[in-house]
Amino acid sequence: MATIEAAYDRLRDRIRPLGDQLVLVALWLFFLVFGTWAILTQTDAFAVGVVTGSILALGAIGLTLIYGVLKFAHFAHGDSMMLAGYVAFFALTGTVVGERTDTQPLPWSLSDLPGATDSILDFSFGYGLLIAMAVAAVVMALVFTGLDRLVYRPLRRRGSGIVIFAMASLGIAIAMRSLMLIFWASSPRFYKPGPRHTTDLPFDVRVVTDQFFIFFAAILLALLIYLLLFRTKLGKAMRAFADNPDLAQVSGINTDQIVTWTWIIGGALVAVAGVLLALQSQLKPELGFVLLLPLFAATILGGIGSPQGAFVGGMIIGISQEVAVTFGFISPGYKFSVAFVILIFILLLRPRGLFGAKT
Amino acid sequence: MKLPAVMSADGARPRLRWEQLLTPLTFLAITAALVLMPAERSGWNFDRTISFLTVFATFVAIYALLTLGLNVQWGYTGVFNFGVMAFFLVGANVAAIIAKPPATTEFVEYVGGFGDKLDFIPVLGSEQWLPFLVGVLGAAVFCGVLAFLLSIPALRLREDYLAIATIGIAELLRRVTIEERGLVNGTRGLPGIPRPLSDGIPTQWGRLWDEPDEYKFVILLIASVVLILVFIAVERGIRSPWGRVLRALREDELATAASGKNVFGFKSQGFVLGAMIIGVGGAIYAYANSAISPDTFTHFFGTFIFWAMLMVGGSGNNKGAIMGAYVVWGLWTITLQLQGYTPAHPGPLGFAIPDAVQSRIFFIRDFLLGALIVVVLLLRPQGLVPEERRVSIWVERHARRLRRRGPAPAEQAGSPSD
Repeated sequence: MATIEAAYDRLRDRIRPLGDQLVLVALWLFFLVFGTWAILTQTDAFAVGVVTGSILALGAIGLTLIYGVLKFAHFAHGDSMMLAGYVAFFALTGTVVGERTDTQPLPWSLSDLPGATDSILDFSFGYGLLIAMAVAAVVMALVFTGLDRLVYRPLRRRGSGIVIFAMASLGIAIAMRSLMLIFWASSPRFYKPGPRHTTDLPFDVRVVTDQFFIFFAAILLALLIYLLLFRTKLGKAMRAFADNPDLAQVSGINTDQIVTWTWIIGGALVAVAGVLLALQSQLKPELGFVLLLPLFAATILGGIGSPQGAFVGGMIIGISQEVAVTFGFISPGYKFSVAFVILIFILLLRPRGLFGAKT
Repeated sequence: MKLPAVMSADGARPRLRWEQLLTPLTFLAITAALVLMPAERSGWNFDRTISFLTVFATFVAIYALLTLGLNVQWGYTGVFNFGVMAFFLVGANVAAIIAKPPATTEFVEYVGGFGDKLDFIPVLGSEQWLPFLVGVLGAAVFCGVLAFLLSIPALRLREDYLAIATIGIAELLRRVTIEERGLVNGTRGLPGIPRPLSDGIPTQWGRLWDEPDEYKFVILLIASVVLILVFIAVERGIRSPWGRVLRALREDELATAASGKNVFGFKSQGFVLGAMIIGVGGAIYAYANSAISPDTFTHFFGTFIFWAMLMVGGSGNNKGAIMGAYVVWGLWTITLQLQGYTPAHPGPLGFAIPDAVQSRIFFIRDFLLGALIVVVLLLRPQGLVPEERRVSIWVERHARRLRRRGPAPAEQAGSPSD
């Protein structure tokens, strides 16, 4: 009996990595075939999906860094994106809701700078929005580091479990959403209302010109993050810390510094992602929580702690969502469920994701 | 579970004084506000104050039921369910479509509608109670089956993955009720749900109550009886060997598996039981409210508020769950009362809320609730009523007997938490 069991164990140990590889290959094949099919038959939706995907990718990179370094699911990520969009909106237009639901612009805002709202090229915005984006990035980095000092660090010191962190971040998410409702009410907001310029691309694809900006800004930022993580000492330290906190600490890496930098980078990413999202669709406080599913799906699909994975994951989720709705697999009301189904399949088939390290 | 800082493991260090006063003071402050504010606003009208408090107590009982269900899942079994709304929604909708008569107009579409067929038992006019009994049982069974099916894939996931997956499931069910119009009437929700025993019980002295003045006491009674029954059942269950396995699982899955327990089986039982209780809570909610709308079943109101109740009250303690429901729903209701003190109609001592706050008092309330949960996690993670040390009813019975016989043994005064 014992020899049979041992043989079974040996066989299982031999088969398991093979099965793992097979699942990985199958997943990649599936996504590649699906992507090619989508490009060929659903080119319009694919283009929109790439834009949505690049926004999700930015959000997911921030989420995966926080997940990897701090080891908890940051449930306030979607609402942070929305909040960042509103901060930029506030900096740009100076608008807040007054006593009732009337809007009241402040006496001065970025749009009062000379030429700040004149369109750059064919985009719907001027350089004012770029400054507003920078303002949002700084504000969100401060908010994140402040929250870490106030909330997450005491919890860390106490050695709380991941559930407590998740609850705390959920409470913060609710508080953030309420703040948006308090200051800007629930009606949708736009950086600049009205029709936008469109551009014709080859193969009969027409996109809103702003979407070029969204795509290239996202790619540029993702590249910068890649360089930061893989070409600087700080990035190396962050990756080391994410990989093995104890080992990193005994190697002389300053833990507090790594945590602070993670929040700063995460805040900046959240801010840019939020502004781009608002540029692509709209600002609405309720959208934040719904964003969590695609963001987490992208993060887990890519593998927690892997920025390249988060980028690819975000793209896959974004494209699948748009293509599935346009092709008529599902009605628009179920758009989010694409992310959810992918999430469930990944969790069951390959919980460490496409790029995740073996644990 | 890690011991809170104020309670040392050997119980030698005395607890701080304010900690002992915190729970009674919170309770008293909220009760005082709940009694005095409506009394003052109605011009010290006794009937209207009692009426307000009755409705308040009914909903506390319902939310306490839901929180008890969550407590079974999280407080005792350690299953991290971020999708309470899923079971709340299913329970309320199933109970509603069972008790309602079939849909007749084209503006109201829903499946089911057995209310008018369930009148075949000639006791007390069975159309008055049988549909509701079937509705509550149906809600429990539906939620139980749903939870069991979900538990097969979901409970094998890591805690944080489970949280995300349950959020997804809740969102999916919410969308299904909205998008599939023929199911439960889409975005318009289900109005006019009949209420149990609403025609009064006929006796030889006439009907026992008249709608609607006295009916509110009946529904309070129904909700309270269900709550008490569930409370007793859960308390018994948790003190039984079965409950001990659940709590052992919560603390250390590996050790429990090593002592020969079927981890998945027990976890799934805890999850299903909790879901059934949440379903019953949803059913009573539908009957007490007499209408349900998809606006109720949001992630905030359907999930987060019950987590807030459990965390504030103290997870792992059924009394804590009820206390949490009372405190959180009390704060929730008090803010609504505050809305009455406008600058045009100031309260006592000229107390008034400025317009800018008035118009967004609901959002401010949401903000405070979000902040409250963070503060509770930071300053009092064990909640207002911390978990008690609990071994089994037999040990407790024995300890009581010993105590009656003489002074308490030393270990009885040990730490109240495990």
